[in-house]
Amino acid sequence: MSEVLLKVDKLKKYFPITGGVLGRKVGEVKAVDDVSFFVNKGETLGLVGESGCGKSTTGRVLMRLLEPTEGTVEFEGQDLTKLKAEDMRRMRKEIQMVFQDPFASLNPRHTVEKILEEPLIVHGVKDKEERKRRVREMLEVVGLNSYHAKRYPHQFSGGQRQRIGIARALMTKPKLIIADEPVSALDVSIQSQVLNLLEDLQKEFQLTYIFIAHDLGVVKHISDRVGVMYLGRLVEITEADKLYEKPLHPYTKALLASIPIPDPDVQQEKELLKGDLPSPANPPLGCAFHTRCSACMEVCKTTRPELVEIEPSHFAACHLYNK
Amino acid sequence: MTQAPVLDVKELKTSFFSSDGEVPAVDNISFSVNKGEILGIVGESGCGKSVTSLSIMKLIPQPPGKIVGGEILLNGEDIVPASEKRMREIRGNDIAMIFQEPMTSLNPLFTIGNQLVEGIILHKKVNKKEAFKIGVEMLKLVGLPRAEQIMKEYPHQLSGGMRQRVMIAMALSCDPKLLIADEPTTALDVTIQAQILSLMKNLNKKLDTAIIMITHDLGVVAEVCQRVIVMYAGKVVEEASVRDIFKNPKHPYTVGLLESIPDVREKKERLYSIPGNVPKPGAIKQGCRFAARCANVHDRCFVEDPPLYKAADGHHVRCFLHAAGGEN
Repeated sequence: MSEVLLKVDKLKKYFPITGGVLGRKVGEVKAVDDVSFFVNKGETLGLVGESGCGKSTTGRVLMRLLEPTEGTVEFEGQDLTKLKAEDMRRMRKEIQMVFQDPFASLNPRHTVEKILEEPLIVHGVKDKEERKRRVREMLEVVGLNSYHAKRYPHQFSGGQRQRIGIARALMTKPKLIIADEPVSALDVSIQSQVLNLLEDLQKEFQLTYIFIAHDLGVVKHISDRVGVMYLGRLVEITEADKLYEKPLHPYTKALLASIPIPDPDVQQEKELLKGDLPSPANPPLGCAFHTRCSACMEVCKTTRPELVEIEPSHFAACHLYNK
Repeated sequence: MTQAPVLDVKELKTSFFSSDGEVPAVDNISFSVNKGEILGIVGESGCGKSVTSLSIMKLIPQPPGKIVGGEILLNGEDIVPASEKRMREIRGNDIAMIFQEPMTSLNPLFTIGNQLVEGIILHKKVNKKEAFKIGVEMLKLVGLPRAEQIMKEYPHQLSGGMRQRVMIAMALSCDPKLLIADEPTTALDVTIQAQILSLMKNLNKKLDTAIIMITHDLGVVAEVCQRVIVMYAGKVVEEASVRDIFKNPKHPYTVGLLESIPDVREKKERLYSIPGNVPKPGAIKQGCRFAARCANVHDRCFVEDPPLYKAADGHHVRCFLHAAGGEN
């Protein structure tokens, strides 16, 4: 019934660490380490995790803004990692990105019209009038006015700028949008406006989203399925409701317990996660989480758990469930 | 409530002077903090919450900023007219502050010990050796392992959460009566945030230090605070106990703010959103500052600025809808 739009298989992205006078490679940061998942057409997949877990890198590797070290990314059956640069550029018409910082992702010297027109020029819409018309249409779609086209980014507030960022992503009529922390720079009251807009657009244009964020509340609200990442690895992935109601992986449990709940009556005694995130340049052997895990066993220190289907459509990478 | 409050802010007004004239960032706000209490100040960017805290520390850059009116009573002493010399005694000894960015508020060129000891020597009039001992104890108090080694390490060797712990240790090293925490966990990950919040709650109980917790995250407020002030565009719009703010919010802004947070416990079909944008400070000259975005707006709201009305004991609202309780 549901059609797979994007299939990611054993994706890896290692960044070299260079050192010494000659700049030789002395190690590597495994930013994304063997991540596999799929995204169905029309759904929203949330990716959550703490800083340094590799969620943003994953987003960028999917777009091939960063070249993957290993693994495949299949979009509508076509392996993106094998495409030539020119073909990939054409492919980006179908996959667009919305960035976190609406202050840094728009060129301050271009008018909104020029910013929004550019994707059309790149993707070969030659008729100038046609381009102008589509820019104006798109501004209305994202809740701005067509007269905003002549203004510059600094004349807009953060929320409006994020709307422009979204409009730019939509200009080429993409199928998949990768949104990297699109609301984390916004105030609470503006954040909900942008989230509602994203949901409306999804319905209107049958979009598929990969929604990368650290805020678990936001991710739950917008996602159909959620993947949790820790130190470059996907530790759990399932439907949003299932993940929040019945998390399997100890890290997901700890993460959910850490969220401050806006209700003074629900002051549960929390089991706090001890210690800090280990360095991704030197991740622990075995399960990356074992240094902070309360249910750590001997096997966790030596063998890395694979992501397996523990319940129908509920995947987790934890030895606790490997019988 | 028999005890005198540690801090009593009365009709504080802090303005910034620019080429466009006077911009009041904080406009006639009054509140008090009792001994051992955790008071939350919430609001969105530009609402004046950070300017309030900087005013209390008298750290407003002058010019362009200036405290133009009001009193800040610290243990009964008005510190608005206090000299810079007196303020230097007060800062650290009586009021201490921790900032949002644990990355930038420590000097990268000095060891943790060096920075921690500096304040202790200055305020406690002890020699270096004793100060070092106090420093180590403080680091242990905030839950840092291997405190002696950390004293010799540089900020870059510590993680964000550890740096924030060092900041807290530093702030508390001279037993201040009041700790101002300006977004102390915003730059941290959730699991680390939970650790820091629980640490602050424990220290508050243990040392009986009053804390002003400035944040935009209502979840954090619910977690740690006892009383809350909601600010909007430089004014206090609502003041109440934590329970009342979350269970029985009165001001349309507070209601809207609570409605627009996505909750991890239940999925709302659609998030409520307050229309419009947060106004720039000084943009609204007349009437209620929230009028343009308010769902229950009347004609009167655009002309007259509502005073703080009393909605219940200890619950005050700046809205004509709750005028029945009488002016505060």
